[in-house]
Amino acid sequence: MISALIIVFREVIEAGLIVGIVLAATTGVPGRGRAVALGVGAGVLGACLVAAFAGEIANLFQGSGQELFNAAILLLAVAMLTWHNVWMASHGREMARELKAAGHQVKTGERTLAALSIVVGVAVLREGSEVVLFLYGIAAQGGTSAVAMVAGGGLGLVGGAVVSALMYFGLLKIPAGKLFQVTSGLITLLAAGMAAQAVIFLQNGGWLEFLTGTVWDSGWLIQDDSLAGRMLHTLIGYSQAPNGAQLVAYGATVAMILVLMRLVNAPKPA
Amino acid sequence: MKRLLLGLVMTAAYAVPPVWADEPVVVHLKNHKFSPSVIKVKANKPSMITLYNDDDGADEFDSSSLKVERVVPGHNKANIRIRALAPGKYPFMGEFHAATAQGVVIAE
Repeated sequence: MISALIIVFREVIEAGLIVGIVLAATTGVPGRGRAVALGVGAGVLGACLVAAFAGEIANLFQGSGQELFNAAILLLAVAMLTWHNVWMASHGREMARELKAAGHQVKTGERTLAALSIVVGVAVLREGSEVVLFLYGIAAQGGTSAVAMVAGGGLGLVGGAVVSALMYFGLLKIPAGKLFQVTSGLITLLAAGMAAQAVIFLQNGGWLEFLTGTVWDSGWLIQDDSLAGRMLHTLIGYSQAPNGAQLVAYGATVAMILVLMRLVNAPKPA
Repeated sequence: MKRLLLGLVMTAAYAVPPVWADEPVVVHLKNHKFSPSVIKVKANKPSMITLYNDDDGADEFDSSSLKVERVVPGHNKANIRIRALAPGKYPFMGEFHAATAQGVVIAE
């Protein structure tokens, strides 16, 4: 039961933190509940499909299909997060104004919902497919242990949801004028962390083989396997012993997003 | 001087080992235990583990120190690439059955 609780809790937190950021970034936008629910629903469905075809996916591309698949969906999420931030750079002030105005309806924000819905779907799909495989294995064994596992899984789900909700409500404490600036910052780091993770998958699949040496090891401070390490990994891409290519991908993603945001925000020539 | 340089370049070219010089290390996962659970690889050289999951259910070969997360469905196998490692111990586990599925890669 404890193992089910831990695994489900871990995966739910990882997806839940991303959902929390997306919800905060779409504060006041009409229809965001539906967009996020759609993302979660599609993610759960996708997770079941990925779990069902795990063997087939893994055997693609000379056995590195799983790595390529993970890298591809992570890069899709990076693209969507980038698009959101660039769009926010030109509309963020307008959105903040609408949020502060009476009614708190941020109509402007509706255009970015589709991109963020995809991000939610991808996050749920990645973490969810592991939960599905794990729980399926338990269910297949049957017996009384299965009941305990389901109970543990349920508790893990609730626990993960509570932590994610705490972060979401924490973000909402930020004054309306600053909220979208903060969420844009968080999304930039989220995207950079995903790009760095995609690099790891590409390296493990044998697609990228440069700068693989470890640059530093901060394991004495925060271990990757600790709860703090996992949460920081999801939020800002923390890795206790990053390699060169990971850092390059991280830095390049941050730079790309900031430059694009600056470009669209530049004053138009008269 | 030129000849010396050329000689050095030639030597360097021959000295570069093929990427997967050695055979993959075969590891079986049965009853949620790895065998062998201690895997020795050469330090500073990439290596490969071929993991056969002989159990009915899936498991995930997971190691933060090796930077590997690889789901292996039941009665399936996976080739797991291990990057060139500095000498040391790198623990791994089967995440879905971490109570019993534990192992370590030793690079030396």
